[in-house]
Amino acid sequence: MKTVNEDALQKNYITAAYGIRSWLLTRDHKRIALLYLISITLFFFVGGFFAVLMRLELMTPQGDLVSAETYNRLFTMHGIAMIFFFLVPSIPAVLGNFLLPMMLGARDLAFPRLNLLSWYLYMVGGAYTLYAMVTGGIDTGWTFYTPYSTGYSTTNVVPVVVGIFILGFSSILTGLNFIVTTHKMRAPGLTWFRLPLFVWSQYATSVIILLATPVLAITLALLGVERIFQVGIFDPALGGDPILFQHMFWFYSHPAVYIMVLPSMGVVSELVTCFARRRIFGYKFMAAAVMAIAVLGFLVWGHHMFVSGQSVYAGMAFSALSFFVAIPSAVKVFNWTATLHKGRIEFRTPVLYAFGFIGLFTIGGLTGLFLATLAVNVHLTDTYFVVAHFHYIMVGGAVMGYLGGIHYWWPKMTGRMYHEGWAKFSALILFVGFNLTFFPQFILGYLGMPRRYYIYPEEFQVLNVLSTAGASILGLGYIIPMIYLLWSLRKPRTAGPNPWNATGLEWLTPSPPPTHNFDKTPIVTEGPYAYEEKSANGE
Amino acid sequence: MWDFPLLPEAASSTAAEVDALFWLLIGVAAFFGGIITAGLVYFNIRYRKNSKASRAGAVSEHLPLELLWSIVPLVISAGIFGWGAKLYFDMHVPPEHAREVYVVAKQWMWKIQHPQGNREINELHVPVGVPIKLVMTSQDVIHSFFVPAFRVKQDVLPGRYTTTWFEATKPGEYHLFCAEYCGTSHASMKGRVVVMKQEEFERWLAGSRLAEPMTASGDQLFRQFGCVTCHSQTSQERGPSLHGLFGSTVRLADGSTVTADERYIRESILNPGGALVAGYKPLMPTYAQQMSQEQLFQIIEYIKSLGGPQIAGERKNP
Ligand code: HEC
Ligand SMILES: [Cu+2]
Ligand SMILES: [Cu+2]
Repeated sequence: MKTVNEDALQKNYITAAYGIRSWLLTRDHKRIALLYLISITLFFFVGGFFAVLMRLELMTPQGDLVSAETYNRLFTMHGIAMIFFFLVPSIPAVLGNFLLPMMLGARDLAFPRLNLLSWYLYMVGGAYTLYAMVTGGIDTGWTFYTPYSTGYSTTNVVPVVVGIFILGFSSILTGLNFIVTTHKMRAPGLTWFRLPLFVWSQYATSVIILLATPVLAITLALLGVERIFQVGIFDPALGGDPILFQHMFWFYSHPAVYIMVLPSMGVVSELVTCFARRRIFGYKFMAAAVMAIAVLGFLVWGHHMFVSGQSVYAGMAFSALSFFVAIPSAVKVFNWTATLHKGRIEFRTPVLYAFGFIGLFTIGGLTGLFLATLAVNVHLTDTYFVVAHFHYIMVGGAVMGYLGGIHYWWPKMTGRMYHEGWAKFSALILFVGFNLTFFPQFILGYLGMPRRYYIYPEEFQVLNVLSTAGASILGLGYIIPMIYLLWSLRKPRTAGPNPWNATGLEWLTPSPPPTHNFDKTPIVTEGPYAYEEKSANGE
Repeated sequence: MWDFPLLPEAASSTAAEVDALFWLLIGVAAFFGGIITAGLVYFNIRYRKNSKASRAGAVSEHLPLELLWSIVPLVISAGIFGWGAKLYFDMHVPPEHAREVYVVAKQWMWKIQHPQGNREINELHVPVGVPIKLVMTSQDVIHSFFVPAFRVKQDVLPGRYTTTWFEATKPGEYHLFCAEYCGTSHASMKGRVVVMKQEEFERWLAGSRLAEPMTASGDQLFRQFGCVTCHSQTSQERGPSLHGLFGSTVRLADGSTVTADERYIRESILNPGGALVAGYKPLMPTYAQQMSQEQLFQIIEYIKSLGGPQIAGERKNP
C-alpha cells in the first residue's frame, strides 16, 4: 500500500502547473470541471439572491418590498439563472466532466479542446446574460411566451435570448464529447453492461442534450427574428401562431427536466450502493429505465398545454404518455429501496443526500401524476402547485443529487475530507428547510393561488409566510456547505485514494488524481458495484 | 389572518368530481409514498452497518418483483388517466342550452358582454344552476381565465376564440384570476364572479342594462359595415344568406366542410379568403382592421339570431 506521503509527492492535476494561464488554457477534464464548479456556483448564488427577494416580497399580501416591474424581473431571472446556468450544466459539466473519463479508465474526454471551448461558450453566454440582467433585466418569465415576449415586453429580451443561444452550444459540445467518449474510450473489459449507472445516466442525458438543445436554439432564434424584424411567426397580429411557440419551447423544456434529473439519478445509484455495500438491485432495469426516460421524455411536451386551447384529443394523448414516462421513474425508486435490503448501511453524508433525493423526488414524481391527470391539471396548472412540483423535482431531486455527489467525490477532487458533523447537520437542515418552503405551496396551488403574482388575496398569507420561513432555513442549508467545503481546503491532503472503500475505476487513482489519471490503463474483469465481493475479501 | 382555508371552495357542477379525482390521487400518492418511506426506514434500521440481522441469501435481481412494480403502477395510472380524460372531455363540451357570455381580455382587465346588452369589467354576474358558456378572446397577449372555486381554467388567446363552460351551484362571490403571465400588472388582473339566485340575477340584468341587446347592436353594425349589401336575403348572387347559418355544415370551395361555429364566423369576417364558401367568388373584403373584438362578438350574436340549421330548409345553397 502506498503511504500518504508518497501520494503527496506525486504531482496531481492541481499541482501539475501553476498560474492563471495554466488554468485558462487547460485541456485537463478535471481542471475544466473545477472551472465549471466555480462558474455555476456563482450563478447558483445569483439565482438564489433573486429567490430571497421574492420570498421576502411574498411575506405580505401587498406589494411593499418591490414593484410589479421588479418582481416580474426577479422570477424571470431566477428561473433563467437557475435552469439554464446552474441546473442544466450542474452534474454533467462538473461531476460528469471530472468523473466520466476516470470511470471509463480513460485519460481524458475524447475532445479535450472542445471541452475547454464549451466552458468558454458557457462563460460568454453567461457574461452576456448577466450583462443583460444588470442593464435592465428581462420580464417575460423563463418560458418567454409569445406574443408577450416578441411584441409587448419592453425589457432586454433579445440580449438574454442571445446569451442562452450561445450557452446552448456549450451544452451541445459537452453532450457530444460524452457520447463519443463513452463509445470509444472504455477500458479493456469495460462492456456496456459493466458501466456504472452514473455513466449510463450521463450518456442518456447527452443524447437528450444533443437532440433537444438545437430545437431550443431554433425557437429562440425565431423569437429574436420576430421581435427585431416584425416577421409574423408567433404573434397573431402579424399572422403568426402563439401556440406554435409553446410547442417548440416545451419540446426542449420538457426533456430539459430530464437533463437536470437523470444525472442526479446516476449519482444516487453510486451513493446507495457504496453506503449499503450492495450491488444495485436490477442493474439492467435501471440502465433501461434511464434510456426509456430519455426517449419517452420527448413525447410528452404537450402536458404543459392542457388549457392552452390545443385539441382535446391531443391533450388525451399527451396525458397518457405522461403517465407512461412515470413508470421507469417509479421502477428506479423501488430498485434503490430494494438495494438497501440485506445491506450494511453506513450513514455518511453522501448517502443522507441520496435518501433526501429519493424522498423528495418521490413526492415530486407523485405530484407529477396529479398534473398529468387532465381534469385535475385544468385546476392546478399555472398555480403554486406546479411551482412546488417542479421544485421538488429540480431542487429536491437534482440539487440534492448534485450536493450528494459533491460530498462523495470531494475527497477525490481535492484530496481532503470535510467536517462530517457539519455536513450531516446541513444535510438535515436542507431537508427540513426544503419541505417547509415548498410543501405549503402545494396547498396554495390547490387553493388556487396563481404563480407569478407579487400581490395576492389575504387568505393565502399564512402559507406564504411558512414558505418564506422555510426558505430562510433552506438558504442556511446552502451556505453552511460552502463554508465547510472551502474550510476543508486548508487541511492537508489526507483523504487517500479511496476513503469510502468504493468500487469504480475512479477510486483506483490517487486523490487528487494526476493529470493523466491512470499510469497504466486498468483492465476490467467484473461488473460494477461488487461490494459483496469486497466485503467477502475483508475490505 | 389565522382563519385560512386548507381546501378551496367547491361551487360548480364539476368541482366535486375534480376534487374526488384529486383525493383519489392523494390516496395513490400516500400509498406509494408510504411503501417507499416504510421500505427506507425499515431497511435502514434493520440493515444498519452494525446490526446482527442475517444477510444470507441477498439477491440483486428478481424479475417477477420488478415486473410487479412496473405493471401495478401502470394499471393504476391507466385508471386515473381514463377518469381524468373523461372529465376533461365533459369540461370541454358545454350543454346545448348553455347561456352564452362573451369575454374580451386585455392587459390588464376582463371585459364581459352579456347577450342582453349588459357589460361589466372585472366582474361576471351569473345565475346559479344555469350552465354558462364563455366565448373568449384577447386583444393583446395570452391571458387565462381562472376561477378556482369552479375548477375552471382556460387560456384566452389573441387572434382566436377559446371557449369553456361552468355551472355555478352556490350563490356567492368567487375569485377570478388571470393565470397566464401577461406582463407588468398580471397580478392585478383579477376580478370576481358573482353567483346569484335566478330572480336576483334577472333583476340585476334588468337594472344594470346600459346598452341594447347584442343582437340589436349587431344588426346595426351589419348595416353600418355594409354587410347587408351582399348578405341580405335578396342579394343571393353576391353573397350567401346568413339565415340558418349558425351551427350548419358549410361546404367550402376546396371541397372540405366545416361547422359554422363562432370560430368559423370570426374567420369568415376577418380572413374571408381563408375559407371560401363553395359556389361564391372571393368578393368579400376583410374587416380585420376596422372591427373591435366587442363589435365582432355583437355581429356573431346577430348572425346567431338569424337562426340555426333547423331552418336550413330556407337556406339556398347554390
Ligand atoms: C362585397 C360583398 C360582401 C360584403 C360587403 C360582405 N360579404 Fe360576407 N361574404 C361575401 C361572399 C361572396 C361570401 C362567400 C365567399 C366567401 O366565403 O368569402 C361571404 C361569406 C360570408 C360568411 C360565410 C357564410 C357562409 O355561408 O359560410 C359570413 C359569416 C360573412 N360573409 C359575413 C359577413 C359580414 C359580417 C360582413 C360585414 C362585416 C360581410 N360578410 C360583408 C360577400 C360579402
Ligand atoms: Cu413537462
Ligand atoms: Cu392576464
